[in-house]
Amino acid sequence: MKTSALSGANANTSTPVAKMSVRALNFYYGKFHALKNISLDIPEHCVTAFIGPSGCGKSTLLRTFNRMFELYPDQRAEGEILLDGENLLTSKQDVALIRARIGMVFQKPTPFPMSIFDNIAFGVKLFEPLSGIDLEERVEWALKRAALWDEVKDKLAQSGASLSGGQQQRLCIARGIAIRPEILLLDEPCSALDPISTARVEELISELKKEYTVVIVTHNMQQAARCSDYTAYMYLGDLMEFGATEQMFLKPSRRETEDYITGRFG
Amino acid sequence: MEANISPAPPSVFAGGAPRRRLISNALADSCFALLARGSAFLTFALLLCIMGALVLGAWPAIEHFGLGFLTHNAWDPVREDFGGLVMIVGTLMTSVIALVIAVPISFGIALFLTELSPIWLKRPLGTAVELLAAVPSIVYGMWGLMTFGPVLGRYVQQPMQSLLGDLPVFGALVSGPPVGIGILSAGIILSIMIIPFIASVMRDVFEVTPPLLKESAYGLGATTWEVVWKVVLPYTKSGVLGGVMLGLGRALGETMAVTFVIGNVSQLNSLSFFEAANSITSALANEFAEAAPGLHQASLMYLGLTLFLITFTVLIISRLLLLRLQKYEGSGT
Repeated sequence: MKTSALSGANANTSTPVAKMSVRALNFYYGKFHALKNISLDIPEHCVTAFIGPSGCGKSTLLRTFNRMFELYPDQRAEGEILLDGENLLTSKQDVALIRARIGMVFQKPTPFPMSIFDNIAFGVKLFEPLSGIDLEERVEWALKRAALWDEVKDKLAQSGASLSGGQQQRLCIARGIAIRPEILLLDEPCSALDPISTARVEELISELKKEYTVVIVTHNMQQAARCSDYTAYMYLGDLMEFGATEQMFLKPSRRETEDYITGRFG
Repeated sequence: MEANISPAPPSVFAGGAPRRRLISNALADSCFALLARGSAFLTFALLLCIMGALVLGAWPAIEHFGLGFLTHNAWDPVREDFGGLVMIVGTLMTSVIALVIAVPISFGIALFLTELSPIWLKRPLGTAVELLAAVPSIVYGMWGLMTFGPVLGRYVQQPMQSLLGDLPVFGALVSGPPVGIGILSAGIILSIMIIPFIASVMRDVFEVTPPLLKESAYGLGATTWEVVWKVVLPYTKSGVLGGVMLGLGRALGETMAVTFVIGNVSQLNSLSFFEAANSITSALANEFAEAAPGLHQASLMYLGLTLFLITFTVLIISRLLLLRLQKYEGSGT
């Protein structure tokens, strides 16, 4: 079965609620069919990892969740992405509002050309009329959540670009959680980081799932094994297998998954 | 596995001798370095020569009038009483008007072309904007004098005069014969002329903004306007400022079009935007051929020198502005 949803989840997790459901999703870059009939459920307050070789469509799938692809006119998606039961793809809601509910962190750190404080405050001020103490509290809260506060608390007025790569990435994570999204999408958040920064980000991810639903795209199998609850293996635009991470890594039901996970292929 | 590797050709092992170039190009290298250095210094030398020639030519006037020339409101070739105030004010006013009009419009054009325009429209529209720069300035001048000026006088100045004419200050701002020649027409024509420069520089720098940076801002729920205004513009500020300065330099130095529509009257008595005035470049264009050698010609050279210094100052100010902006952004490193 190609699209085993949550039925394969192992027994020791209580049955999770689906925060987001993808139904028969197809995606096209111009004529290229990049995602083929994907269906899966993203469980609430869990970390779901997308793994697979380069070009398999895992980042593409992530980018459909907040309709980021709409910035590019030749890209289109068909099917359903249900967030709390509402189809995001056909939603009449303002796309900016949808994106504010779904935070995203990218492969490379992208600090805005402004101070550390303003980097965090930027997104907050778009939707909440916070100012003064309230705003400062929010910024501090987000920086603490991203395990960056101690390193930057004395230089909040400095440029975000003055931080190291690992710090910048945590700044971007802080920026993403400061707006208190419901879902946090992480697109290979550690690919540009050294091992120490990676470890910190991974710790952060398992912390974050208490409050957020986290979806992470990763090239790193160990990372998926370490910090996710559910794993989806994708290959050439197909969802090959989806289930509890433990089960996927211990006894995957498909031969291809096993080959990829054990490194015989990929 | 190893069996697949074919044996290396004998030449691989042939060389025991130290490696050396087959063609010695030390001479070519030093020639090239010399040429490159020469070109760089030539620019510098030319700049100094022009400056020197201007100072030399203007010297009689500098000696006679001193710095007071810059603030003296008179231009009387018969009595040999010269002062550059009218022209300096005219040049600055027209350029400021041009910038005030051109910068927001160029920003809008660049924003539309990079973020909003459908793909099929991007190229034709971008080309059309660039073509504005290909129109010869004398054509702008003629168009301004024959077509645009009268329209401005008739449909803007006259209604404004009947609306504001009796008010104390506003009335003065719009006074004058409604022929559409003066500071405002020159400023508007100039703005049309500099829009292509500013807009295409802005578009180019907006386009090289990393897509991930924009996506990050969109991802937080920002609208296109917020992304461009708060993220793209700060990110590209030095490029944008460069484009604006390019436009300003062009506006300060533009001669033909301004000469056609500014009216060439050396007066500063009226506050009106519609009153004929003069600019440095148009004074030079109009008078240089007929100026008698002596104080008149030297005064014109003095004006030219002033323009040179104004452009130079503008350049310096833009650099300082950039430094300040960087400090404001907080990038210490």
